[in-house]
Amino acid sequence: MDFTIILQAGIASGTVLLFATIGELFAERSGVMNLGVEGMMLIGAMSAFSTTIATGNPWLGVLVAMFFAGLISQIHAFIVITLQADQVVSGLSLTFLGVGISLVLGEGLSKAGTVSLLPNFSIPLLTLIPIIGKIFFTNQSVLVYFGYLLVPLSWYYINHTRPGLHLRAVGEYPSATDALGINVFRTRYFYVFIGGMLAGLAGATISLAVSPGWFSELTTGGQGWIAIGLVIFAQWDPIRAAVGAYAFGALRRLILDVQGPLLLLGFANPFYYNPYLGFFLQMLPYLFTVVVLVIGSREAMKKRIGAPAALGNPYIRGERGK
Amino acid sequence: MADSTSIKQRMPFRIRVEPRLSEPPVWYPALVSFGALIVALVLGGILITFAGGDAIRSYQHIAKASFGDIGVLSDTIVKATPIILVALACSVAFRMKLWNIGAEGQFIMGAFGASAIVLAPVLPAETPRWIFIPVMMLAGMAAGAIWGFIPGYLKAKFNVNEIISTLMLNYVAVAWVNFWIFGVWTEGGFQMSRKFPEGASLPRLLEYAKSIPALRGLTTHLGLVIGIVAAVILWFIIFRSRWGYEIRLIGDNPRAAQYAGINIAQNTIWVMMLSGALAGLGGMSEIAGVVHRLQTAPIAAGYGFTGIIVAWLAKLNPIVIIFVSILFGALILAGREIQPSGVPKMIQGIILVCLIASDFLLRYRIIISRGEE
Repeated sequence: MDFTIILQAGIASGTVLLFATIGELFAERSGVMNLGVEGMMLIGAMSAFSTTIATGNPWLGVLVAMFFAGLISQIHAFIVITLQADQVVSGLSLTFLGVGISLVLGEGLSKAGTVSLLPNFSIPLLTLIPIIGKIFFTNQSVLVYFGYLLVPLSWYYINHTRPGLHLRAVGEYPSATDALGINVFRTRYFYVFIGGMLAGLAGATISLAVSPGWFSELTTGGQGWIAIGLVIFAQWDPIRAAVGAYAFGALRRLILDVQGPLLLLGFANPFYYNPYLGFFLQMLPYLFTVVVLVIGSREAMKKRIGAPAALGNPYIRGERGK
Repeated sequence: MADSTSIKQRMPFRIRVEPRLSEPPVWYPALVSFGALIVALVLGGILITFAGGDAIRSYQHIAKASFGDIGVLSDTIVKATPIILVALACSVAFRMKLWNIGAEGQFIMGAFGASAIVLAPVLPAETPRWIFIPVMMLAGMAAGAIWGFIPGYLKAKFNVNEIISTLMLNYVAVAWVNFWIFGVWTEGGFQMSRKFPEGASLPRLLEYAKSIPALRGLTTHLGLVIGIVAAVILWFIIFRSRWGYEIRLIGDNPRAAQYAGINIAQNTIWVMMLSGALAGLGGMSEIAGVVHRLQTAPIAAGYGFTGIIVAWLAKLNPIVIIFVSILFGALILAGREIQPSGVPKMIQGIILVCLIASDFLLRYRIIISRGEE
């Protein structure tokens, strides 16, 4: 097993989680938890793939995916921001809705054959860096490079710009923010939309780059939920989110690759001789998510950092309290 | 939204939104839920048409294929049985605002636990039914309860978000069962265990067709009775017991509960275990009443998620859950033959979205008046 190749592929599959996690992070920073990530990702993967089949243009596919996932996120926004309903149940229902719609509209897509995918390329000079160059900058999808840009940009936006300050304020203390003349409702709608668009992009990354095609619900296989878990682990910080997302991508990749070789670290590979043990490998990303949550939650309890204070609560003008 | 002048002017009438100060009449929530259901079906119809299907015929088909005659009605009830138990599981956790999304996994583990009694084997194949069934029920409940205990403990001890942890355990449960049926209990390399003996199956109505001919072909099994009994017991626990009062108080106002000296951490663990046990019982009922062998596809069919919607639609009331489950049993039964195949799932999603949106009407009054005041 060549670990640089595994990590290289891991970065690509981690990019899916990265987009979804950063998207959810934006929504949660504004005070809206959106549990519909899985559904929005499926909508994105389906619409990206079907658009690309219809037009032959994967770029258009990405745009359509982001648009539709953003659009469907606004259902959640309307229900929890304007109608002030429970964010947990509304988010769940968005997942059901997204899964259902993408299954109905994606009917027959799995037999659609191959499509033109987004281009892969290497970055000159940077590929020459030993190991790092091979893992990060050689023959990666254009979306992977976009992911590299997104992380520092989101970090800077949230922590060092005026709109970023408004975003944080709306999530921490909406009534004070409202008093300063910032429209809490509009801000929240906007960031839920951003979250939806990035979830759609995550879906498009799957169906047009990382594992091309449409495999109904298995296309995402719970990655939307892992992304929500990663936001908690990341403590709502984009840099930590990136670390988590790439680590998970590498883990997913490692699980696929560990079953192939006859020898594993010099020993007879148990997963090769007893393929049923592979089911335990399949559990790992999910168990690992739980472990990561335990670590994140303990740390948060100790350091007394936590979720944005207004996360999960509707903002109602004129009500007492926060 | 709370400021009543937000939507206004240049219209011949005015719409005002005001918070409700008094409780609406008893029939009102039911009417709103029913209205939401109708709106959902209309929206679903539009989407089906958009996807190239025939909405009216789809709905007609659902009605005929699920309530058309006594035979299909019996099949509908068979489909509703696991949903009842899973929805009860969700309702008790939701009552405490514990978001157990893992009923699916607890259901699967319940089916596994019950199967292990037959396949391990814990009891020999010729064991009589009256011993087999209770032991399998206990095993199913225990396995489900363990699967509920894990996220409950993590929530109580480390404040781990139970939504994610329960959901992750769903995937683990599927892989776990797959390991056993592929690797250990496989029957001739197929992805299923051997068939259970007679004694390990729940009695069905058709077994009594010899003495009562009208029962011929009816597949409804004892699981329905188990579900109804569980619903009644749960109703008493929630509304008539001290524990139920604590659960409701924690759900409505955790701070008040804490001041009243209620141990929230302990209740979190117990409620998650009760929830898991109910879902596990559902898994046992499905495996012993319908599938009669351990197999992944028919038990990981999404009952856990349907249960969430049913619990919510029934406003977490155990008795109402029974009737709503039958409605959803119909949707699932008839939905199998509808093209495109994702339609039942999509309609479930739309129903839940409309239901949540309609809750607004319970908290606010919308007043339409003519002209200026």
